[in-house]
Amino acid sequence: MKRLALAAAVVVLAAAPLWVGGTYYVNVASQILVYAIFALGINVLVGYAGLVTLGHAGLFGIAAYAAARVMNGGAGHVTVAVVALAVTLAAAAVFAALALRGTGLGFVMITVALGQIVWGVAYRWISLTNGDNGVSVTGRPRPLGLSLASPAAFYWATLVVFLVTVAAMAVFVASPFGVSLRGTRDQPRRMNALGYHVWMIRFLAFLFSGLWSGVAGLLYLYYNQFVSPQAVALTASAEALLMVISGGTGTLLGPIVGAALVVVIKNVASAYIERWNFVLGAIFVLIVVFMPDGLVPGTVRFWRWLTAARRPAAPAAVAPAGD
Amino acid sequence: MSLWLVLAVNSVTLGGLLFLLSAGFSLIFGLMRIPNLTHGSFFMLGAYLATALIRRGFDFWSAAVVAGLLVAVFGGVVERLILRRLPGAELAQVLVTLGLSFMVADVCLMVWTGDPIQIETPRALRGTTAVGSLAFPTYRLAISFIAVVSAAGLWALLDRTRLGAMIRAGVDDPAMARVVGVRVSRLFTIVFCLGAWLAGFAGVIGGPILSVYPGLDQEMLPLALVVVILGGSGSLLGSLVGSFVVGFLYNFGQAMLPELAYVVLFLPMLVVLVVRPEGLFGRQAL
Repeated sequence: MKRLALAAAVVVLAAAPLWVGGTYYVNVASQILVYAIFALGINVLVGYAGLVTLGHAGLFGIAAYAAARVMNGGAGHVTVAVVALAVTLAAAAVFAALALRGTGLGFVMITVALGQIVWGVAYRWISLTNGDNGVSVTGRPRPLGLSLASPAAFYWATLVVFLVTVAAMAVFVASPFGVSLRGTRDQPRRMNALGYHVWMIRFLAFLFSGLWSGVAGLLYLYYNQFVSPQAVALTASAEALLMVISGGTGTLLGPIVGAALVVVIKNVASAYIERWNFVLGAIFVLIVVFMPDGLVPGTVRFWRWLTAARRPAAPAAVAPAGD
Repeated sequence: MSLWLVLAVNSVTLGGLLFLLSAGFSLIFGLMRIPNLTHGSFFMLGAYLATALIRRGFDFWSAAVVAGLLVAVFGGVVERLILRRLPGAELAQVLVTLGLSFMVADVCLMVWTGDPIQIETPRALRGTTAVGSLAFPTYRLAISFIAVVSAAGLWALLDRTRLGAMIRAGVDDPAMARVVGVRVSRLFTIVFCLGAWLAGFAGVIGGPILSVYPGLDQEMLPLALVVVILGGSGSLLGSLVGSFVVGFLYNFGQAMLPELAYVVLFLPMLVVLVVRPEGLFGRQAL
């Protein structure tokens, strides 16, 4: 049953360019997939490691900037991807080594500061990043000789990467490492007493999270053909965090739903009103106050409450929300 | 006057402003464990409100005090209505304060548009003051003076009064403070309003130097974060030392390595994190 639903979902997603209608919507769908990959990467830290990060747009942007610089240097697309991801991983290692000096709030503050450093470099170090004007590139890669120039082709390529990401996440969550990571989230001291190296587990999780942020950053560059300091601003980190939180942390589906929600609202809202930031802030406040565990678990709870209200004799649901 | 001296005076001035901003941030963080990401917005909101008040005929100083009070009221409302509902939920507090900062920034953009607004220097403080053979801009000296007086005032409040003793008790051990009869929840509101007041006031008196523009909040917030990480949360002395370190680094960094000014600013923070994660004067790890 679950497999059937999964297969159906993949088919629906793969057919999206045929049913959404119009290149505009295909492009929105591509954006959703790119941000879903980013949100899934952040969810490794926020959901499974219990470490809230507000600096991941920095990693996302480092991948995009590194790729843009290498691409404008005339390198081939394989080199571009390898260099971009290697640079992102190195940056993630530095970020992790510093941010893991603190836990809880300290971790959040350090990631904010690190993200702002990346923003400062992107904005001010003009010889490297071209400052506020950003860096443009031309051309998307041609894997196996297929052109990705059309929106639908790019969507399908992104979908393949997205499915790989989801599969990697599913394997990661179910793996012993994923279980031990959740252990460090819930009971760091006990995990330590049991002989686990809590710091190293968190460090590796940070790298894994950074890697997928880098993949998303690379796709972002291919999609927009442009990257500017806006991509690494605190707002970008906050938006990505909102995707994870609004969908529901620590679930596989949550960040994907959240990414779809935020991208759609952003596109719809910016078509009607200029005040996207106000809407973003208001959504933050409303979700935190009224649906603190996110839309997916929140909706599940709401549904249970509804059905329980309709059938008062039914036994109270005790099944925990999906992990 | 040589370039170095100009830079040093500017650094002291910025350090003074940063102290006003970060002392509140540090107290809120130390006492309530709330990472108040709206603190930069308080700073900007104070400055914008003052421009509106000055246009309505207030003079500079009364505008500074009233704008600070309005920001304090806003802070109190935020604390009572929203943060009060989220005790101990750090993630939720981060998100709510961040969301509020976006909303404040957007409202300010809507009301005061995107053009920078310059607050005029109060007439009595224009020009320069001669100290020995050197001439210093009077207003910058005044800001440094205000910062020193505020530091002394805050120190006296925290160290010499009953309220200060209760706040210190709350920072050290909130549970124990409750047990001995301190109403920690009321302290929370007082400290939050005080922090908001200081930030709003700092925004106003910083106005003649920095002017007010959209994005000022996002520029000041990381500076306050660095100060608190450097100095240690909940420590007044830490805020003071951290503010001046950051003030000097920012000005000298911008003069000497303009492209890397932002990175230079964060380097000492990274060193402190590696060597002493609780901050120079902090007692507990962040």
